[in-house]
Amino acid sequence: MITEIIFAIGFVIFAPFIGALIGGIDRKVTARMQGRVGPPVLQPLYDVFKLFEKEKAVVRNEVNFYIFSYLVFVIFTGALFFSGGDILLVIFALTLAHAFLILGAYAAVSPYSHVGAERELLQLMAVEPMLILTATGFYMATGSFAVKDIALWPEPIVMTIPLIFVGIVYVLTIKLRKSPFDLATSHHAHQELVKGVTTEFAGPTLGMVEIAHLYETVFFLGIIWLFFASMPWVGVLAVIIVYFLEILVDNTTTRVRWQVMLRSAWLVALVAGAINLGVLALL
Amino acid sequence: MELLVFLILFPALAALLFGVLPNSRLRDTIVVLVSAIIIAASLYLFVLFAGAGTVYFDIDGGMISQIMTGLEVIISAGLLYLAAKYRQYLIAGLVVVQLGVVLYAESLMHGTEALNNLFIDPFSVIMAMIIGIIGSLICIYSVGYMRDYHAHHAEMPDKRRWFFALLFVFLAAMFGVVFSNNLFWLFFFWEVTTLCSFLLIGYSWDEQARKNAFWALLLNLVGGLGFAFTFVWVGLTDPSGSLIMMDSLLAAGPAVAMIPAALIGFAGLTKAAQMPFSSWLVGAMIAPTPVSALLHSSTMVKAGVYVIVRFAPVYDASMVGYIISLVGGVTFLLASGIAISQSNAKKVLAYSTIANLGLVVACAGIGTYAAVWAAILLIVFHAVAKSLLFLSVGTVEHKIGSRDIEDMSGLISRMPRIALMMVIGIAGMFLAPFGMLISKWAALLAFLDAQFGFILILLLAFGSAVTVFFWTKWLGKLVAVAWKPEPLEVKISTYEFSALVPLTVLMVAVCIGFPLLSSELVVPYVFAIYGMAATLGQANVTIMLMMIFMVLIMPLSLFHFRKDRKVLSHYVGGRPSTPDMHFKGSIGVQRPVALGNYYLADYFGEKRLSHIGNGLCIAFIAMIAVTLLMGAAI
Repeated sequence: MITEIIFAIGFVIFAPFIGALIGGIDRKVTARMQGRVGPPVLQPLYDVFKLFEKEKAVVRNEVNFYIFSYLVFVIFTGALFFSGGDILLVIFALTLAHAFLILGAYAAVSPYSHVGAERELLQLMAVEPMLILTATGFYMATGSFAVKDIALWPEPIVMTIPLIFVGIVYVLTIKLRKSPFDLATSHHAHQELVKGVTTEFAGPTLGMVEIAHLYETVFFLGIIWLFFASMPWVGVLAVIIVYFLEILVDNTTTRVRWQVMLRSAWLVALVAGAINLGVLALL
Repeated sequence: MELLVFLILFPALAALLFGVLPNSRLRDTIVVLVSAIIIAASLYLFVLFAGAGTVYFDIDGGMISQIMTGLEVIISAGLLYLAAKYRQYLIAGLVVVQLGVVLYAESLMHGTEALNNLFIDPFSVIMAMIIGIIGSLICIYSVGYMRDYHAHHAEMPDKRRWFFALLFVFLAAMFGVVFSNNLFWLFFFWEVTTLCSFLLIGYSWDEQARKNAFWALLLNLVGGLGFAFTFVWVGLTDPSGSLIMMDSLLAAGPAVAMIPAALIGFAGLTKAAQMPFSSWLVGAMIAPTPVSALLHSSTMVKAGVYVIVRFAPVYDASMVGYIISLVGGVTFLLASGIAISQSNAKKVLAYSTIANLGLVVACAGIGTYAAVWAAILLIVFHAVAKSLLFLSVGTVEHKIGSRDIEDMSGLISRMPRIALMMVIGIAGMFLAPFGMLISKWAALLAFLDAQFGFILILLLAFGSAVTVFFWTKWLGKLVAVAWKPEPLEVKISTYEFSALVPLTVLMVAVCIGFPLLSSELVVPYVFAIYGMAATLGQANVTIMLMMIFMVLIMPLSLFHFRKDRKVLSHYVGGRPSTPDMHFKGSIGVQRPVALGNYYLADYFGEKRLSHIGNGLCIAFIAMIAVTLLMGAAI
């Protein structure tokens, strides 16, 4: 019990810094790919601090409530995950968190954030099946939904559910808001739909969204790591490779339409789920 | 025993009274009184029988069975008359065939004294509470609603006497369904619910209503015919007629009971509006909203899933059961998909009902202890959330004059209390940590252990993703307050509030109290049959309660966020805009911003998906028939 609480607290405290570091390296690598020097590695952290120093400006007061709830439930999701909780519950908590983000964008009632909300919703719908199938895959591989049990499983789980792993890497692009699937909001301001979901968020409100994103990045990389939990360092290497791939994809593709995103994500989930879980069920 | 008989007879007798009482304050008061008595009696039933296990009651059935047969003949005659008058020859044919089948079956069985005609067990208690409490609240609501309804539809003849009489007959019949151990009795009550739903759907009796009502009647008669063939089977296999008792039939096990279980399952699929029979429930939306609420939450469709869940132990690990699960699973996925493309609130609710019943059917078809446990939890949560949603949509519809979700934008500011109830209902339908999600989780766990369960898991995974989409965009509409409008929440009758408020409280109560519900009622029932029971685990329940607590206190943060914020106008592509969402359009005209949701009709269109679903499910049902015939041949 104590270790679980320590892990949860550890996540709550350190995840934003780790997330910021990853984000900083991401920007550095991206810059190098584009032949630029890039910002300092700690730039994402500076950005967040600066946001909290800005004026508290909103379009609707209620928006803050939704965004705050989003942040709280994202932290809750990650803490539940890193304390070894039930992975299905983790996924459901994440959905709840995103529902709050979307409601925040709806509540802002502006054309850009509205389109962003619809697109965020599409992204949620695109990703959800793969997440549930991942949880199912973990269960079929280890006989437990508890992250704790999955992490202590003696064999590398990725060998049992390789297709599920491919599927989760595919939808990771959507979750990390990377091109070609950065439809709802992107890291780059003023693209075709302004900033989508986050258009109407400024100052501390936007800061909360940014922090939530840092937490989420760490959480998702944690899921990737879980596939290799029996070999912790191989897992870290896998996380690094996967993230590098994400950066590469981000920089070499152009944004697609939502139809392509939804179809491809569902197709990947269907194929991965049907084949991999099917084989496991029949064995 | 008296209490069971009371719950069946009292609403029926009250219905006779409402048939003669004219529209008046007196009638309204009596409706409330009768409903209150039914609620009290249901609660008393809970107190008496919650911990009592299964109790059978000896009632001398001979006389009563004869009365029932007589009533069936009278009902058939009435239906024949209507069918002839409106040239529904197919219906007339079905009525005649069905009556013939039933009478023939009766002639096969020679009169051993049937005992234990009535019974009660924890599952019946749960169903009776749903019928008694939610059903009665809907009746109370109807008093206010129907007054408004006739004020809105002045051209329509005021048949409220008829309406209230039917509502209470419906409740009586539902009590009969869940208390009957004698399948003949169950069938009689079953047919009464078909009749009541037919008459209530056709309440306004204009052309469209008539058409939809006859369609509902037709499909349910097809199901009823399936049910009736059970009796022929019983008559042929066991002329002594002991298998007519549900307990002995279930105890006989799959080797004997598979054919009747499949026939009754088929009847259940029609009544629970599973594909390919789902269209009747969508058509039933033409009826006044309380009728929809009743059909969807506490009566009719719940009778359908009730019998399927009852027979779940027979389906356990069988081919037939698995195919029934597939019907449910496919219905869950596709009906949820269709809900995305609908902007009519009642239609969204209708498809969501069809979808959720699909999940119940999928669980029941699997038939393991975990699956049955999940199915019963689903029934409970769905009943509460759906009744709340229908009634709040009904009230909103009368106030804003539309049932289109697009017209509900910013409802949270226009009708704060009703909108909050709607939000609670919607959250209850799909969000963690609320009710339906817990049950979906339970369903997932149940599918994991089943053979070929991964196909059902795939259906569930995609289906629940789709569910998130259409509910969240509805929530989004409710919270999108474009400008401060005049409050509309005036003159909502106390009748409507006195049903809505308890339902909201009930919703929150079942979300918080579900571990208790599970351990006191669902687990005893499941344990009695399987000797095993499922739970979600103490740690998970704690975490879920923690989440509920967080969701409940979160709105307090609004007090903080209201302070010293600077409110700016929106970004509208750099054009000057006003706080009430107008912007400067071309040639200097001020225009309001209009925002609409995505409906993705090309992907999730009603026609497209229902074609696929009907085709698949017809094939599944044909497969069940083939399986049984081959089994019989061997």
